[in-house]
Amino acid sequence: MSIKDLAAKIKNKNITPAQLVEEAYTNIQRSEDQINSFITLRPKSDVLEELAKLKPSNSPLYGIPYVLKDAYATKGIQTTTASNILKGFVPTYSATVYKKLQAAGAILIGKCNQDAWGHGGSTENTDFGVTHNPWDISRVAGGSSGGPAAAIAANFCTFAIGEDTGGSIRNPAAWTNTTGLKVTYGRVSRYGAIAYASSFDTVGPMAKTAEDLAYILSTIAGVDPYDATTSPTPIDDYLAHLGNDLAGKTIGVPKELYGDGLDSEIKAAIMSAIEKYKEMGVKIIEISLPISEIGLAAYYLIAPSETSSNLARYDGIRFGQGRGEFTQETIRRIMIGTYALSAGYYDAYYRKAQKVRTLLVRAYEQALAGCDALIMPVNPTMPPQIGELISDPLSNLLADVYTTSINPVGVPSLALPAGFSKSGLPIGMQLVGKKFSESLLLNLGYQYQQVTDWHTRSPKL
Amino acid sequence: MTYSLVCGAEIHVELRTQSKMFCGCKNDPFGAPNPNIYTCPVCLGMPGALPVPNKKAIEDCILIGLALNCQISEVSKFDRKHYFYPDLGKGYQISQYDEPFCVGGYVDTSFGRVGITRVHMEEDTAKLHHETVNGEKVSLIDFNRSSVPLVEIVSDPDIKSAEQAKEFLKKVRDIVRALGVSDCDMDKGSMRLEANISLAPVGADPSVRPPLPPYKVEVKNINSFRYFANSIEYEMKRQEELLLKGSTPKQETRGYRQDGNRTESQRGKEGAADYRYFPEPDIPPFRISREMVQDIAQRLPQLPEAIIAELIGYSIPESTARVLTGDNAALAYIREINKLDPKLSPKVAGAIANKKIDITKLLPSDYVKEESTKAADKITDVAELTKLVESVVTANAQSITDYQAGKQNALGFLMGQIMKTSGGKADTTIAKDILTKLI
Repeated sequence: MSIKDLAAKIKNKNITPAQLVEEAYTNIQRSEDQINSFITLRPKSDVLEELAKLKPSNSPLYGIPYVLKDAYATKGIQTTTASNILKGFVPTYSATVYKKLQAAGAILIGKCNQDAWGHGGSTENTDFGVTHNPWDISRVAGGSSGGPAAAIAANFCTFAIGEDTGGSIRNPAAWTNTTGLKVTYGRVSRYGAIAYASSFDTVGPMAKTAEDLAYILSTIAGVDPYDATTSPTPIDDYLAHLGNDLAGKTIGVPKELYGDGLDSEIKAAIMSAIEKYKEMGVKIIEISLPISEIGLAAYYLIAPSETSSNLARYDGIRFGQGRGEFTQETIRRIMIGTYALSAGYYDAYYRKAQKVRTLLVRAYEQALAGCDALIMPVNPTMPPQIGELISDPLSNLLADVYTTSINPVGVPSLALPAGFSKSGLPIGMQLVGKKFSESLLLNLGYQYQQVTDWHTRSPKL
Repeated sequence: MTYSLVCGAEIHVELRTQSKMFCGCKNDPFGAPNPNIYTCPVCLGMPGALPVPNKKAIEDCILIGLALNCQISEVSKFDRKHYFYPDLGKGYQISQYDEPFCVGGYVDTSFGRVGITRVHMEEDTAKLHHETVNGEKVSLIDFNRSSVPLVEIVSDPDIKSAEQAKEFLKKVRDIVRALGVSDCDMDKGSMRLEANISLAPVGADPSVRPPLPPYKVEVKNINSFRYFANSIEYEMKRQEELLLKGSTPKQETRGYRQDGNRTESQRGKEGAADYRYFPEPDIPPFRISREMVQDIAQRLPQLPEAIIAELIGYSIPESTARVLTGDNAALAYIREINKLDPKLSPKVAGAIANKKIDITKLLPSDYVKEESTKAADKITDVAELTKLVESVVTANAQSITDYQAGKQNALGFLMGQIMKTSGGKADTTIAKDILTKLI
């Protein structure tokens, strides 16, 4: 059920938040063993107790159960970012996004699995067991926000807060038939989000529909005095824009992204979506965006550089476990980043990557100069079998080919369901917009979801 | 072959802003009654915490730059400087690498100008305490100092002698104190010094700066101007011996040991850290407008050189004036006296410089009253004084001979005798006049 409907039912007392919590725990009890989406599931009694103390409000999120990726500091609740380094670590403070949701009356039921530190695209690089895709439990749910995506798909919660550094919200959303928004850099506070790559990290909502995302984004967006990189750009009324006429809008189709390497069923699904937009009066134009290779290269130099710095504090002296607990994938990224920042190599790697970043920004500016949004694949393939990606580090990186170039640029991107493969696996697509154009992207997603029903389908568990 | 000193200074100054550099915690590490009370997730380097720069600290840094005649950069940013040490919670220090707030200034000394390479902003580290608790040796970390705003002033290698170093450092300290942005207290560690010392062969033209030597010795652990001068002298001797033997001193970091007044090797070139600087992604770069610089410049107070000129204008000797420049309370007192009775300015300045009066206990108006009472008792009558002087001259024939032989200090002795004989009541100016005419 959508946030809008739930909020109405709560308001009219047709349903109580406690009933929603009961329902969530019933579903969790039934299927979590197969999925493994949680690292920390709060005891139901704690959640109900918190709910009992909560003053009923008109907030649309009041009483709605949700989950956080385990990358967010939650005062009094274990926060691990899926690494043994932080196993048992209980923060003394809360992330801004968590505080805002608490203030809005949303009910946290647990902290979800991910690739440790955001390092991965399959939620296999975790010290808490791989998360299984609710649509086929032999397959991965994507990552790094795989736990939250799986939890939404499996109806363990109504929405989640993910974190997207190079596709970490969009990739699992596409593989689990959920909807996720990578926001414009600076739109949502990162305070309390355990950093992977600070200049790429974004905090964003995940749910079943674009409309749900609009409700969540309205709550979590905005300037934070604790995050110097949040933007003073005014927050749109995201809900008010839903349903605005799309006639006259233009969507660009970057032709380079539909060539070799893209699964034919994914391509076909996006082509049908393009037809739907045409029917809504959207103008479709083919454009050129020759960036995927340089985008990946720049991403995999800058992100490891920043992560090698961000992870320097995990020395085990004051909290958490020692460095011996880092996984191979994380050690690899720390080593690459340390190398790229070292004296004598900085110019050849880090600085060059930053120059490429400037080229990427220009390429997107040019691509978006003639249209309002771009329509792109999220993943090149269907969700792989568990074990496939983690055993092949290079394919693991290539799985991000369509998503990583967005983060160095900072623009927003909405990932949403676009169909299913013949074998019944979900297919996603992404709509990329100009900076701070979240309201347009959400409206594009909303309108598409008015004429399609992919997002309404649930896996059989 | 003879060698000349090539020396630059690095001066760290802790700002005394209300709050820390990147969080709202109280900035008072020295006054804190207990360890780890002025801390939060940011200055503890907890997972997920982010730095937000302290605007006042940046303004203070720019103010220091302006006072040291620097250019203020229009574009600036913070960088991360990585090294591992338990007092560095994040594993990196937020500092400035290639775009400091201030560049290209200078300080004039009586030995010549010393260029200021840069003035930049960074954060202080936590403090380690090595103690024995319950019979066990432990290292404890106090984060009260973590992320306290720290300004680093780096000089060009223009210092040519230990004397010049002392004068330069003192001038910088007096300027920063005059700005009211730091205590510059070396005992408390709010001012810390490092020296970069090497020797270059003296060229044909001593006015031309010799090319920089192929090595540099960095001396740390210096907590007084005297120790700075001592380490220069020690290093000059040590390095000269090596150079004369035909070897090049090692590029290294040495520590000053005040016990033996010497330096000792701490870390060689091989052990030199690679700080892996890169732009701090959590803090957007700064664009510093000319208007902002002008606003900050409004805060520039009268600087020590101008204060000295002012005091000389009150007939205060320059040597006394130099002692007083850093003491704002003393300056206010002298100005007040100068308003009430300008004749008393040199006297009160001397008394304060020699710690003869406690200005916190005596109002300027009371000082003037006391002095005029004393003056009323003064013997100013020329005839009476002449008699007095004559008696002293007669009784001290040897001193007269000495004086006539050119010994100036004999005059001081005779004046002392005159004051003693008169019970301190003789007017010194008139008496001295009579005495010099007489002998």
